[in-house]
Amino acid sequence: MTAWQPVVGIELHAQLGTGRKLFCADRAVFGAAPNTHVCPVCLGLPGALPTLDADAVRLAIRTALALECTVHDRSVWARKNYFYPDLPKGYQITQFEEPLATSGSVEFDSSDGPAVVRIHRIHMEEDAGKSVHDRIAGASAVDLNRAGIPLVEIVTEPDLHEPADVRAFLQTLKRILEYADVGDCSMEEGSLRVDANVSIRRTGDRGLNTKTEIKNVNSFAGVERAIQLEIARQIEVVESGAAVRSETLLWDDHRGVLRFMRAKEDSHDYRYFPEPDLRPLRLSADLIASERDALPELPRARATRFRKALGLSAYAADVLTQTADGADYFEAVANGCNDAQSAANWVMGPVQALMKEHGSAAGDFGIRPDRIVELLELLDAATISDAIAKKVLRWMLEESKAAGTIVSERGLEQVRDTALLVDWIEEVLAAHPGEVERYLDGEAKLVGFFVGRVMGRSGGRADPRQVNALLRDRLRA
Amino acid sequence: MTAADSLERIRREESLDSGLNAFVSLAGVRAMETAVGSLSEVGRGTAGNERGVLGGRFVAVKDNLVTLDLPVTCGSNMLAGYRSPFEATAVRLLRKAGGIVVGKTNMDEFGMGSSTENSAWGPTLNPHDRTRVPGGSSGGSAAAVAAGYVSMALGSDTGGSVRQPAALCGVVGIKPTYGRVSRYGLVAFASSLDQIGTFGGSVHDAATLLAVISGHDRRDATSANRPPLSLADIVADPDAQGLAGITIGVPVEYFPDTLDTEVRSRTDRALYHLRAAGATVREVTLPNTDLAVPCYYVLAPAEASSNLARFDGVRFGQRVSAGSLLEMYQATRGEGMGLEVKRRIMLGTFALSAGYYDAYYGTAQRARVNIRADFERVFGQGVDLIFTPTTPSPAFRIGEKIDDPLAMYRQDIFTTPASLAGIPAMSVPIGSVQGLPVGGQLLAPWWEEVTMIQAARVLEATMNAS
Repeated sequence: MTAWQPVVGIELHAQLGTGRKLFCADRAVFGAAPNTHVCPVCLGLPGALPTLDADAVRLAIRTALALECTVHDRSVWARKNYFYPDLPKGYQITQFEEPLATSGSVEFDSSDGPAVVRIHRIHMEEDAGKSVHDRIAGASAVDLNRAGIPLVEIVTEPDLHEPADVRAFLQTLKRILEYADVGDCSMEEGSLRVDANVSIRRTGDRGLNTKTEIKNVNSFAGVERAIQLEIARQIEVVESGAAVRSETLLWDDHRGVLRFMRAKEDSHDYRYFPEPDLRPLRLSADLIASERDALPELPRARATRFRKALGLSAYAADVLTQTADGADYFEAVANGCNDAQSAANWVMGPVQALMKEHGSAAGDFGIRPDRIVELLELLDAATISDAIAKKVLRWMLEESKAAGTIVSERGLEQVRDTALLVDWIEEVLAAHPGEVERYLDGEAKLVGFFVGRVMGRSGGRADPRQVNALLRDRLRA
Repeated sequence: MTAADSLERIRREESLDSGLNAFVSLAGVRAMETAVGSLSEVGRGTAGNERGVLGGRFVAVKDNLVTLDLPVTCGSNMLAGYRSPFEATAVRLLRKAGGIVVGKTNMDEFGMGSSTENSAWGPTLNPHDRTRVPGGSSGGSAAAVAAGYVSMALGSDTGGSVRQPAALCGVVGIKPTYGRVSRYGLVAFASSLDQIGTFGGSVHDAATLLAVISGHDRRDATSANRPPLSLADIVADPDAQGLAGITIGVPVEYFPDTLDTEVRSRTDRALYHLRAAGATVREVTLPNTDLAVPCYYVLAPAEASSNLARFDGVRFGQRVSAGSLLEMYQATRGEGMGLEVKRRIMLGTFALSAGYYDAYYGTAQRARVNIRADFERVFGQGVDLIFTPTTPSPAFRIGEKIDDPLAMYRQDIFTTPASLAGIPAMSVPIGSVQGLPVGGQLLAPWWEEVTMIQAARVLEATMNAS
């Protein structure tokens, strides 16, 4: 047991995928030419006023419900005041004293088995614009396309203790958000942003010590690495007899180092107060209930059901529930063919391999599940062999045809005509007299060799079980 | 009078040394003539439609309302030359009703002041005595109406900025219920208090303009989802029965010993007339009245400190270049903003600071609840309207209070309570003292503008007759 226990809490910002800004009608798009999606409201021009987009509220409610939070029927918008060129109004509209939701939880698989991270609160807010410091020599540029994009901030309790667990937790959380379909959740595009609060304490202690905040991490691997480094640094500081100072650190992903950003005493006094331009957000019980109804089965529940009801392994259940679309795809196949195991093997194996090869996902893959069901039915009826079926799958995608069409067009049905099979067997045995002798001398495993030769002779179409049986019969004589 | 005549008169009189300095910018003759010419039959009002009710009448607009054809400066160097890419809802509605915007009127910088002395473009003079202030912050609009340049004007009222200058200039000024008129396009001073109001040479004119600009606007989340005020109700001739059945409350707190005796006597005379018109007058108490000014001068600066943060030199308005970002902010805001604006930003920033928030902002919010509760109680006890003096004294001299902020803030003792409660209130001329106008203030329950305006018309008629 180590002497120090790391304590980590997460603050995660997720963009809500409404396609619109939170307080005006501008579109929210990634990668557009700078300052092309702006209007008087998100530019903070004199006289402009915010008006709330109801869709963003619905997605925020859904987020909160997916994380098992209590959604409050009243929450209050607040202004967070600070000066920065990419903050047009000089304040960010957020929620402070009365947030949208509180007291949730997320279950995930930690290194020690199932664990729970409590969600402290979830609130809505608008994004700031983006400052660009390397575009124009000697000056900074500001792009306000992002200003006003709707966000939820999810704040956890400090329930995490291992860097690897933080990563596993974040993957679980991201998967939940994707299932709930609340946004893109892309760290690369900045639609998911993670800050980590890190402290250490003596193993066995319960209290919390001074924490540092890590910002600017743009991958889960980066989060894990940054927290590892910060924990090591804090241990070194404390063991050298010094104290950890409250400060904000920036993760430099390029160099893999943490850089000092500011000390606590330099941090802003944000002068929060209730936003007078917006009435408190009141949510009816009906609205909350309708979002609860709209919530799909979440990944953990789905994986459990796949294990218990469909008899899949924990591994298969986990792989098949990575995305909601993928799980839907699998379930459609499994329900269609009434053989969950075979469906799981095919979807996790050849189907996913083909998706990967074509850079597509379950949602946009060129072969719909019902066509996979048809393929599996041909396989099940022994109309085609396993090897042929894999080839047929590829042709289905390339030619956009049903399995049955491809099989009949190419004459791929398994050959079960005994006379023809016997002819091929005789041919193979005649060509390999030495192996026949060795078999007859007791080298029984050579039957596989003969089957393989016969299959080859048939172009893969011979029914291998029938060939096997016929061969054994023939060689017994 | 044609557009050209009207503009010519304003230009001629305003160019004199004794000019009022009521306007910050004036529309061009051609722009006004085009606007007049483009009025449809409906726009001219010949169709008797509400939309055309202003039918070519000239309207002045306070310079904190954004307009497409004229600059908007809010009386500040910060916005010298600034042009808005959109137009305030109230201005759009008045144009739609056939109103012709003559120009933008002078004001205390960003609405902060009670004398229009805090304008980067110099003070506006009171038409009744050019050594005196017209009140503020909408002093330019009040003076323009009082001088007869226009018959109606738009202002904004945060703690009395329509009613107090109306009283000091001897015109009618109405501040409607908070939420009655869209604030979209009104440059914010204190968002929870700001409300666009109207001036008129008569109750009829001020009320007509109010009806035109009222109504729900989806661009302002605090605008009430109610239909516009009915013009028919508002301009209907006063009932033959006068004010029979109407109970008017007179709050003792608005008649302190320090009240100017002449103001008191004019108010008493107005009450006599109201009683003569059939109203029942009865004494009421609003015990939290003395909290209003301190409460207002915490909340309004707090909101202002945030609302004015956008004037940072980054995206629009004046920028004073300096070395670092912080130095640019300091130079831009230091040079662009006047003393009173800086004072209020400092006050408001302090009131919202960690460690002081609850003692100042929190306490003021609780006081606001109590002030509102006073009105709820009185209006719940059968009182239909409240009548008070609008200001504690007639117009004071230019320079008299400008170096004494607290004396200036005390100008607002009778007007801030209605702002904090969000109720409608208006000032009506009730006589004069040595040539200086005195205003009486009518206060009504939330959304009861019609009753208030009808009582004001009765009062106006009796005052005119006497």
